[in-house]
Amino acid sequence: MTKLQYPFTEDKVRALKAGEAVEISGLVYTGRDKLHKYFADGGVLPVDFRDGALYHCGPVMLAQGGTWRVMAAGPTTSVRENPYEPDFIAGTGVRLVIGKGGMDAATLAAMQQHGCVYIQAVGGAAAVTAAAVKRVLGVSLLEEFGAAEAVWHLEVKGLAGVVAMDAHGVSLFDTVREASRRALARA
Amino acid sequence: MKTSATLEELTGLIVDTSSSLASDVEKALKSACRREAAGSAAKTVLKTILANIRLARRQRTPLCQDTGTLTFFVAEECRKTITPKLLKAAVAKATAMGALRRNTLAALSGKSYDDNVCEGAPVVHYVKGDGKTRVTLLMKGGGSENMSRQYSLPDAELNAARDLPGVEKCILDAVYRAQGYGCAPGILGVCIGGDRASGYETAKEQLLRPLDEKPSPLEARLLAKANTLGIGPMGLGGKTTLLGLKIAERPRVPASFFVTVAYMCWAARRRSI
Repeated sequence: MTKLQYPFTEDKVRALKAGEAVEISGLVYTGRDKLHKYFADGGVLPVDFRDGALYHCGPVMLAQGGTWRVMAAGPTTSVRENPYEPDFIAGTGVRLVIGKGGMDAATLAAMQQHGCVYIQAVGGAAAVTAAAVKRVLGVSLLEEFGAAEAVWHLEVKGLAGVVAMDAHGVSLFDTVREASRRALARA
Repeated sequence: MKTSATLEELTGLIVDTSSSLASDVEKALKSACRREAAGSAAKTVLKTILANIRLARRQRTPLCQDTGTLTFFVAEECRKTITPKLLKAAVAKATAMGALRRNTLAALSGKSYDDNVCEGAPVVHYVKGDGKTRVTLLMKGGGSENMSRQYSLPDAELNAARDLPGVEKCILDAVYRAQGYGCAPGILGVCIGGDRASGYETAKEQLLRPLDEKPSPLEARLLAKANTLGIGPMGLGGKTTLLGLKIAERPRVPASFFVTVAYMCWAARRRSI
């Protein structure tokens, strides 16, 4: 298991290989459908994603005495951001994309070109993911996007995942799908 | 047997179903975890899943943020006392307690029914009882529901005819197409025959059967075959693609031959009182 600590520099990220288990600590920003569309439409990003992590996640947040408490923070399906992610990676310098289900060939190519990896978080594991969030440091675009779509600034510790698409053009999802297709022909 | 239930009992059933995974499913996940190689992605994922199960049970918080579609199966003899009205009150209360996400939307407008209660939600079926169970609750998330599918035989694309090898091709195709997207390792409920509606209903009912009951020879053979596909936990590769596979057969009309597959995620939340 590899521990990854913010900032996630290009060296650290290029050293990762598909299939490797990781634990992420430090600053992570959430961002999903609305943020991607906003960026594609020329919106100015409220935070700097360089050497950072983008988490495809719509958390359940509870306002509590002037601060926020994370009730659930599991990954959402990443495939919806396929049309936007290559430009987002090129434009922001983000190094980790965390989500569920993987992304397409164009995103994989952008990851290889710019030095970024895709981390598969464990779908459904809401309790452990929420427990990995130590603090909510802030939030951006809350009024504009609503709580599920806002950019939450999360301080995480030991957020578990697996490198599913690396910066060398390898996608575990493609490898597994192809192997299962061959196994199906034999079954 | 008692034929009534209090609001508190039913609310408790919802909270427990959401937070405490059935022991047979947890046992199957533990045994899957033991089979995977040390350091593999599969083992990492299964360890996280098992840690999540323990934490949710200890905290009494939802196992998964998608608290899913709630389907209640109520014994026929409780029809007069355990009414849809009482079950709706229990769902609204459990939602207010934070045991359920705001998870019920008007289909077209997308408007949220914030208490998860409206015409058609929760789903309530009155069924022939076993003389012991009053109510069984099944909670099924949307990611897995999206992976369910129905085939009509013959299927030219799969080269599947109206025979047992044809049925097997449909079932394995469903597993292949689901990859890890339904939050594998999953459980399949299958209905061979029936009409389109009863096919899905019967397939889903099979998900209530315990994983540790003795499988039929067909179930055992297909489960073993499905696990040779190597899709593994969350589709990252591994030995366990399915935890269980349950099959039922229903009569059909000469013109139709449906094979219906209900896909359930690893968070197979079901519980009875």
